[in-house]
Amino acid sequence: MHATLARTLIVMPAFNEEESVADVVSEVYAKLPGVSCLVVDDGSADATAAKARAAGAEVLRLPFNLGVGGAMRAGFKYALANGFDNVVQVDSDGQHDPSAVPQLLAELEHADVVLGARFAGVGNYAAKGPRRWAMVMLSLILSRVAHSRLTDTTSGFKASGPRAVRLFAKHYPAEYLGDTVESLVIAARCGCVIRQIPVAMRPRAGGVPSHNPLKAAQYLGRAMLALLFALIRPAVPLPSVEAAV
Amino acid sequence: MIAGATVSSYVLGIVMALLTLVVVTESLRRRRMRERHAVWWLAAGTVALVIAVFPRLLAAAASLIGVAVPANLVFFLSVFVLFFVSIQHSSELTKAEDQNRTLAEEVALLKARVDALSAPSPAPERIADAPAEGPEGAPLFGAASGDAPAR
Repeated sequence: MHATLARTLIVMPAFNEEESVADVVSEVYAKLPGVSCLVVDDGSADATAAKARAAGAEVLRLPFNLGVGGAMRAGFKYALANGFDNVVQVDSDGQHDPSAVPQLLAELEHADVVLGARFAGVGNYAAKGPRRWAMVMLSLILSRVAHSRLTDTTSGFKASGPRAVRLFAKHYPAEYLGDTVESLVIAARCGCVIRQIPVAMRPRAGGVPSHNPLKAAQYLGRAMLALLFALIRPAVPLPSVEAAV
Repeated sequence: MIAGATVSSYVLGIVMALLTLVVVTESLRRRRMRERHAVWWLAAGTVALVIAVFPRLLAAAASLIGVAVPANLVFFLSVFVLFFVSIQHSSELTKAEDQNRTLAEEVALLKARVDALSAPSPAPERIADAPAEGPEGAPLFGAASGDAPAR
């Protein structure tokens, strides 16, 4: 596992997360010896980058906010340029437990993308009402597209293997919900194997998820639209090893 | 069918609406148009298609709102959509220009830093000591190299 960790880059997109980012970075280093950690500061106005650096992480500072998708593509490019095989996305707000990373990496032996799924029996994360329906519907459709049972497709806790890293460094979408929904469609269309394993989620360090039914309905609509647009797009070719970077 | 409309104008309306939808969908598919721009054109195209197929809906809507000539409602809605999309484009263009400017500044600062670092003599003190400021007053290089104060 140590050999795998040494070839793995933890990428944390962070937007104004000065409260939590240092703790999360420290926890990653404590629980995952030998791993490298990159914080992509997505145009924060606070001390996110300085705090992350002080905690020992490498930091990419984007000159303005690009969203999670834009930050992650920068992370994938960094991984490719610096010779990392695997990338694991971990939220900088502390809701992902780094001790689950070795399980994700182990599953990566048989897959290109491994999702840490919240509703798969471990932990007590729950969503209700229209938001839950949206997630269930997305999961049903994406499971068919990916030929694999996926129950939590909007999870930000994801591991990508070498093939997926090369693909995502070029084609990771920046659109709303693109980083979750469309990225999975792109990977599946390329013939990447997508799996999920159950993980426990912790409550977010700051802020509570919205339970406004109107917002949830809007989310459902936008998610379906994003999925529809992703599905009508032609498959992108999987970049070869040589063509990468 | 509304008064004066012939079969050919009926067909023309449907064809034009379909053409709009096909062009927008195809641009979207080829990633030549981003979702948030495409949505308005798709909505307009869909409304146009519905009205083209069921012209009576337009007449009903016009009399409901109190517009005497149904075609005027079409013109009003078209102008409204075009106006709205233009405003959206202006704001997106402004944002893109701002980002472009920020990028140019960052590149210029990085170039100065690279020049200073690659200079043979130990000259880079001036740049190292200067409080390098980012676009929003954020330190550009601060904690990265440890040679400038982070604040």
